[in-house]
Order: sequence, then C-alpha cells, then structure tokens
Amino acid sequence: MTDIEAPEVARTEGEFTVRQRSQTRMVLRRFVRHRAAMISLVVFVLIVLWAFVGPHLWHYSYQKFTPDNSQPPSWKHPFGTDSSGYDGYAQVMRGTQTSLKIALMIGLGSTLVGSVWGAVAGFYRGLVDTMLMRIADLVLTLPLLAIALVISSRSGGSWYWIAIVIAGLTWAYVARVVRSSVLSLREKEFVEAARALGSSDTRIIFRHLLPNALGPIIVNATVLVATGILTETALSFLGFGVQPPDTSLGLLVAQAQTAVDTRPWLFYIPGAFIIAIALTVNFIGDGLRDAFDPRQQRVRQ
Amino acid sequence: MNPTTDLAGREPILQVRDLVKHFPVMSGGVVRRRVGDVHAVCGVSFDLHEHETLGLVGESGSGKTTVSRTVLGLETATSGQVRYQGRELTELSRRQMRPLRRELQIVFQDPYASLDPMITVHELVAEPLRIHGRYGPGAGDEVRELLRLVGLNPEHGNRYAHEFSGGQRQRIGIARALALRPRVVVLDEPVSALDVSIQAGVLNLLMDLQSELGLSFLFVAHDLSVMRHVADRVAVMYLGRLVEVAPARQLFARPAHPYTQALVSAIPLPDPRKERARKRVPVQGEVPSPVRPPSGCRFRTRCPKFADQLTESERAACVEKVPELVDRGGGYPVACHYAESVELL
Amino acid sequence: MTDTVLEVADLAVEFPTEDGTVRAVRGVGYRLGRGEALGIVGESGSGKSVTALAVMGLLPATARIRGSVRFDGEELLGLSDARLSEVRGKGIAMVFQDPMTSLNPVYAVGYQIAETLLRHNPGMKARAARERAIELLGAVGIPSPERRVDAYPHEMSGGMRQRVVIAIAMANDPDVIIADEPTTALDVTVQAQVLDALETARAETGAALVLITHDLGVVAGHTDRVAVMYAGRMVETGSVEDIFYTPRMPYTLGLLGSLPRLDREEARLTPITGSPPSLLHLPPGCPFTPRCPLARDACLSAEPPLRPAGAEGHLSACHFSEELVGTGAEEVFETAGADSEALARFADAAPLNTPEEGTV
Repeated sequence: MTDIEAPEVARTEGEFTVRQRSQTRMVLRRFVRHRAAMISLVVFVLIVLWAFVGPHLWHYSYQKFTPDNSQPPSWKHPFGTDSSGYDGYAQVMRGTQTSLKIALMIGLGSTLVGSVWGAVAGFYRGLVDTMLMRIADLVLTLPLLAIALVISSRSGGSWYWIAIVIAGLTWAYVARVVRSSVLSLREKEFVEAARALGSSDTRIIFRHLLPNALGPIIVNATVLVATGILTETALSFLGFGVQPPDTSLGLLVAQAQTAVDTRPWLFYIPGAFIIAIALTVNFIGDGLRDAFDPRQQRVRQ
Repeated sequence: MNPTTDLAGREPILQVRDLVKHFPVMSGGVVRRRVGDVHAVCGVSFDLHEHETLGLVGESGSGKTTVSRTVLGLETATSGQVRYQGRELTELSRRQMRPLRRELQIVFQDPYASLDPMITVHELVAEPLRIHGRYGPGAGDEVRELLRLVGLNPEHGNRYAHEFSGGQRQRIGIARALALRPRVVVLDEPVSALDVSIQAGVLNLLMDLQSELGLSFLFVAHDLSVMRHVADRVAVMYLGRLVEVAPARQLFARPAHPYTQALVSAIPLPDPRKERARKRVPVQGEVPSPVRPPSGCRFRTRCPKFADQLTESERAACVEKVPELVDRGGGYPVACHYAESVELL
Repeated sequence: MTDTVLEVADLAVEFPTEDGTVRAVRGVGYRLGRGEALGIVGESGSGKSVTALAVMGLLPATARIRGSVRFDGEELLGLSDARLSEVRGKGIAMVFQDPMTSLNPVYAVGYQIAETLLRHNPGMKARAARERAIELLGAVGIPSPERRVDAYPHEMSGGMRQRVVIAIAMANDPDVIIADEPTTALDVTVQAQVLDALETARAETGAALVLITHDLGVVAGHTDRVAVMYAGRMVETGSVEDIFYTPRMPYTLGLLGSLPRLDREEARLTPITGSPPSLLHLPPGCPFTPRCPLARDACLSAEPPLRPAGAEGHLSACHFSEELVGTGAEEVFETAGADSEALARFADAAPLNTPEEGTV
C-alpha cells in the first residue's frame, strides 16, 4: 500500500488554543476577580484624579482666604472653612495632592533603589552580598521617624525632600525582598543560558532577573506607598513634614487638633482621606499579591 | 551520522584532557566548613572531531552533565585542559572567553526552564545577536529565518515561550543556539523531557542541521536508544570516569565493559519477541555516593563479573588499581582489567 | 475466556476548572483476567493516570466520575471510604511513580510492611509479620533484608524504595496490582531491578497487573495485552504482538515509528507533528485528526468507536484501519526534520565567525 493521500482537511492550530493566555493577562484576570482590590483601585484612581485635576475646576484656591471663617460644610464650601477662611475643599484637594505626590515618590524611589541593590546583592553573593546587605540591615535598624525628623527639620518643608528622606530609609525592605527573589531566580536555567551566550552580568540582572522578580517588587511597592502616606502624616503631624503655605493631609490634621470638638469637619475629613488612601492601596496590594501568586498558576500540560 | 568515514585522520576540534571537577560539600551551621567533595568528574579525556556527533551517556551521578558544563566554562574545572582549535579554554578570563562563545553553544534539557518567561520568542532568539553586537538592520529577518529553520512559524515571534508546547520550546532553544553560527554545540539531554512522538521530530531536526551545517555535536543523554540513533561514537561514563569509548555500532553490538553490557541489556526493546528472548546482564545494587567513590575500579561494587566470574587474586586488581582507558585488543579504549566483548543484541 | 477480576466500563472523568470542564477520561473500558498483565500506554495528556486513580478511588473530590468499575463483581465507584480501604491493600494494591507517595518517612520499612500485614490479617502475630516482612524484602531483591528491615525510607535509594513499595503491595496476596509509571524516574539499570521485582510479585501472588507507562519497551517485555490511550480514550487494544507488529491505528503506528531503536540503525524516525489536543474544547470527530496523515472529512464529523480490526481481541478506533494493513510507519508518516529551504539558505549565507575575531 503506497501513497496514502490526505485530502484537504483544515488543520487547526491546535497548539495555541489553550495556551493563549499570556502571563500578564492571567495576572490581570486574577486581579479583576479580587473584588476588594478592584473597588479599591477604582476609588484610588478617583481620588487621584480628584486631587490632581480637581483644583483646576474649583473656583477657590487653597492659598487664598475667603471672607467666610470657620464655616461648617455647605453648598458654597463643601468641606467648610477654617479660622482664617481658607476653603476646606480646596485645602483637602491640595493636601491630598501633596500627600499622594510624596507617597508615590516614596514608592517609586525606594523600589528603584531597593530593587537594584537587592538584585546586585543576590546575584553576586559572597562578599558583595554580605556588604550590601549589612548596610541594608543597618538602615533597617534606624528608627524611621526619628531620623526623618532630624533630617527634615534642617531641609525646609518641601515635599520632595520629605519623600527622599523616607525613601532613603525604606528602600532596605525592598532590597531584602528582591534579594531573596534573585537568589532563587539566578539558579534557573534561563540564567545559565544567558551566561552561555556570553551575556554580561548587567544584562542578566536587568534583562532577566529583575523582570522576573516583578511580582514581589510591585506588591512591595504598594505597601511602601501606603506606609509613605502614613509616615508623611506622622511627620507633618509632628510639625516636621510639609510646611505652610503648602499643605498636606497630615498638616491639615495637625492644624485641626484643637478644633476636633468645635469644628470637627476640619479634622475628620482629611483624616478620612488618609484612611481611605491607605486602605485602598493596601487592598490593591492584596489583590496584586494574590494575582501574582505562583501557586495559582494554571497546571502545565 | 556518517558511519563510513574514518575519523582517525581528522584533527579534533575539541580536546579534553584529564578533566576534573569536584564540588565542595559544606557543613551547615554558623561557620560553614568543607567536609568533603562530590567527585563529579575524575579525569575525563576525549576528542571531539569536526562534523561528528560524540555521545556521552551515563546514568545519574555519572558526571556527564558536569562535563558538558565544564567544557564550556559554565563551571570552572578543578583541573585539566579543554583545547578548542588549539586554544586552552580553562585559562581564559570571562572577557577572553566571550568571543569564543559564538562558536561553542549549548542546548539545554528543560524546555520550560531554559527560556526566560518574560521575553518574547523573537527576543529570545535575537538575544545572542544583540549580546555580540550583531543586531543590525536586517537582523529581524535573520531571526525569522532562524525560526523558520527549526520548523516554527516566524509569525509567532511576538508570543511568549510558555504559549508553545515542549517540543516547540526546544526548537526555540535550538534556534537560539544556532543564531551565531557555532561550530560546536553541546546538547544536554535535549529530548529527555519530551514525549516520544515529539522527540523524533527534534532528533530529525538536529540531524538535518548537523549534516547541512557541518556542526560538531557533543550529545549528552541517558537514553541509549536515542544515542544509537544520533551518535557516531559513544563514550560511556560511570561515577565520574569514562569506561568505554567506541563507534556506536560497535558499542551496542559488542560492548566490552561490564557496565556497558549491563546498560545495553537493561534497556527494554519495543519488540515483544526480542524482548522476551534477550540475554540479560544483571547488575546489583545502586550507584555509590560520589562523595566516597569506591577505590580502584568504581564499578566493582555492582559488577556481575567481579561478583561471579573473578578469582580472589583477580579481584584484588579491581580493588587496588584504577583501570586505564586503553585499547585492550578490541580496537577501542575500555577501562576494565578484564574486558571482554559480548554480543548482546 | 479467563475469569475476570477487574472490569471497567464506560469510565468517564471530568474536572471543572476556571477555563471550563476538562474531560480527562472519555469512555474507557477494559476487562482484566486473573493473572493477566495489561499495559496502558499513552503520552502526556492521554488520561492513563487519571483512569488508574479513578479505579482506586483516589481522585480529588472535585472530579466527576461516571461509569462502572467492578472488582471481583463488586462495584467500586460510590463505595464508602471504609469499604474502599478494605479493598485497597488487600484486593487491589497500587505502586506509584514516587515511592514516597506510599511510604511514611517516619517509620522503618519493615514496620510499614508489617503494618499492612497485620491490618488485613487479624490473626497474625507481630513476630510472624516481621518474619514475613524480611521474606518479602528478600523476594523483591533487596540485599541483606534482615538488616534493611529496620531502615528508614530516606536511608534507601529510589530504586530500593520502589521495591519496598512492591513488597508492601504483594504482602497481602492482592488479586490486582496497579502500577502507575513505576520506573519513570529511575535509572535504567535500576528500572530493570524494579521490573524484576514486579514480576516476582506477580509470580508469587498470582496477581493480575495493570501497568501504566509511556515507555513502550517496558510494555513489550512485561505485558500480555496492551491498550493505547489518546485524548482520554482507548484508541487501540490487543495482544502485545498485535499492537507492536500489526498496529491498526495511525497514532499507534506513528508512535512506534518515532521510537529510536537500540538494536537497529534507521536513517529517519517518523515524528507525529503537532501536539495532543486540549481536553477542554475537544472538537467533534476523532481527536487525532489534526495530526493524522490519513485524515479525511469522515474523521472530522464522527469519533470512531473501538471496532475489531484483524485478529481476535484486536480493536482499533479508526475509520480507515484497513488501510494500515501491511504498511510501515515511513509509508504513512512523513519524516519531517528541518525546513529544507530555510536550511539551504542558512547554510549558504556567509559565516559570522571570521578567524581574526577569535584571537585575543
């Protein structure tokens, strides 16, 4: 029996049907399923938009005072006014904006520094690792608030200095996490493959190791943003954070301490925003952590 | 496979002499001390000729994977020489070794772990070109050609490795290894992780590539049947040493070393009548620990010849003297004091 | 027709997942006679292991099982855990791929053998159980059994552990031993020892054997009948000679042709292009169609049932099995390798490595 013919039968690309989901899509899918995280994401995005776009749409500025002093919330002033007549709505918007800027910068800065630090330590191991991580450990032992107080009291109140100071103390957490990720990743065969191709160490770290450690990095970044908000609040509360005429949520709360009973809107409204931001960011972090969880990977055939 | 070509006259492209690799075993605790060594590779010497496929076969603990890594400098040899086209590789610094990596490539065993999951297939295959500064204009087409070469659809270059099947991923690995047009390719169990029907496709591909591109293969595997199919010469390893090196046909038809005989007789044949009629060389026990290998001939603790056929005085030689890998009359080197060819298949 | 000890009929197993329902087993049936050895072969995704787990009642609770599994006339599916435990270990014994699935790391191996003896033989004394354990260890080829009886699993190598599992399996004279990839993770010389132990177990107990593996060589030497599985179904069954010498299903033919042989030199192997189908969205018709050189329109619409194809007891699930009479794999399958045009272009293109770049 020779030449068995196979007439035109549509050959489907069966190989790609199930595996279509790229990793990113899988992660997104799992995130979307985490209801608390999704709601938090929406709320957070709304807050951010409100804080950054809102001031341009509002007729009062946070810097100019109005003739209405110590007014409770009304249609004219939705968040009331304080004793000097500053509009509460504008103040809280501005305050949120500043606090967010600080928190996001903390998240970004310490993640960048910490990731590279941890990756280099984990990759080279040995003496380099020991030295780098001892420094990181040292930084971790420093009392965050105390140091921040000292440094920021000398630097004036600009928001980016505060962010830099806090980031300069929290990067060590990220470094730890990234280092342990890299320690296990570096044993993977695709790293050996890169070496076999003649790849430089820098290339291996930035092209192969860090992208694969993205899961824990992102999750930690959200934690840092939440920590950032709360730390800035604490600093400003103690008077060492943002200084007037600029304002932040922490500062607003600090200034409203004495008015808690008489003019509660000045205290509780910024306070609520602080809590809202910290909570939503935490939930987003939870959702991301679940989404990146390797144990939930689809079973490989 | 080129069974009829005489390899004696050809210059070896790769020469390995007395290669030794020990891994230190560290104690646990606060102060980690070296408490012993894993003798992974103990004095291995062989030649790889141009256009030939040399098979390196052994079971677990044989050291074959360590040899493959050490030859390429991915592990630093404890001692020994590796000469590529006359140049001594073990003395080169990493920077000096870099340009040579274009000519000495490797294909890994695990199709799931050897490809970075965060990089597209196109980038995976392009990486060697980028690393060596060869990703210029037209390189995109080069990458597509490479994908086509190994039987993949170049349109799928923007997908990620995990979207492909095991056999396809292995092909991606092969395309990556070929990108810089190497002369020697080390293949570390390239088909062991694949289903049998897929294995065949990758093996056919490798053989086509070798014959058309004139590559020299160092093919490491534990599966003797695969070895028989692809290798010109086969080197058998046991516990860090070579025990027999012979042309494939010879080795399988009339092996001389008791370990090779045991291996050949242990492989089940997919042929019911032959399988039931076969002569078996039984072997006792398990592979000894590579931390404390037996003295003299390392196979003696499991060797059926040692157990059943040798006299006391003959056994003494196995215990005290390491058998050298030399020709003992069969035409090919065997490392056994009492080597005797036996027809098994 | 010999006495049937295990009868599986219309077995179907489904797993609900987030992507849909995975139909891992879709209508499997076989009869195992007393003392007979049946080999179930298949590649990954064929459903062979799931079938075995279903027979033993070891699938997770999320699995949906339909069909019938009768052991010595008694229906096993739906049995209470208590009754199933009695059957397992005494009537049906299992050997898994990883011996540590069955062995408890904190007890000596002798103790574990004795434990199963004592559980299923209420009248036996502890001393007698220990003696018997030593006997069994010796039977499966473990050297110095009287010393090894007090050893712990982690003190033994993989091959020895697997033999201990076989000793436990044969301890209570089972009627059926189900071995699921018993030697896959082992070196080939050790594999031979373990398979010998399995043969001893069968010889001494007279048990029937269901040997599940992807290794066709193992099946050739240790079974009487073979069933080939693909995409959750049996696509060919018959005596071991029928399957190996006169296959009547293209998948079997291709599988045999893709094996490199130790005893022969062939120029080319016949790979089967493509991959096994996804068990989530199986199209109607024969699941092997996209990869089959014999595929026609009829294959797309109707899944072929297992029908007689040749000798007595030789069944194949192919609409066109008659066309395979007297053919070899090379005649039906292509021996694809590299894309020859692309290869020629690549070979002709200028080499990247010029001599002067190799020098320091």
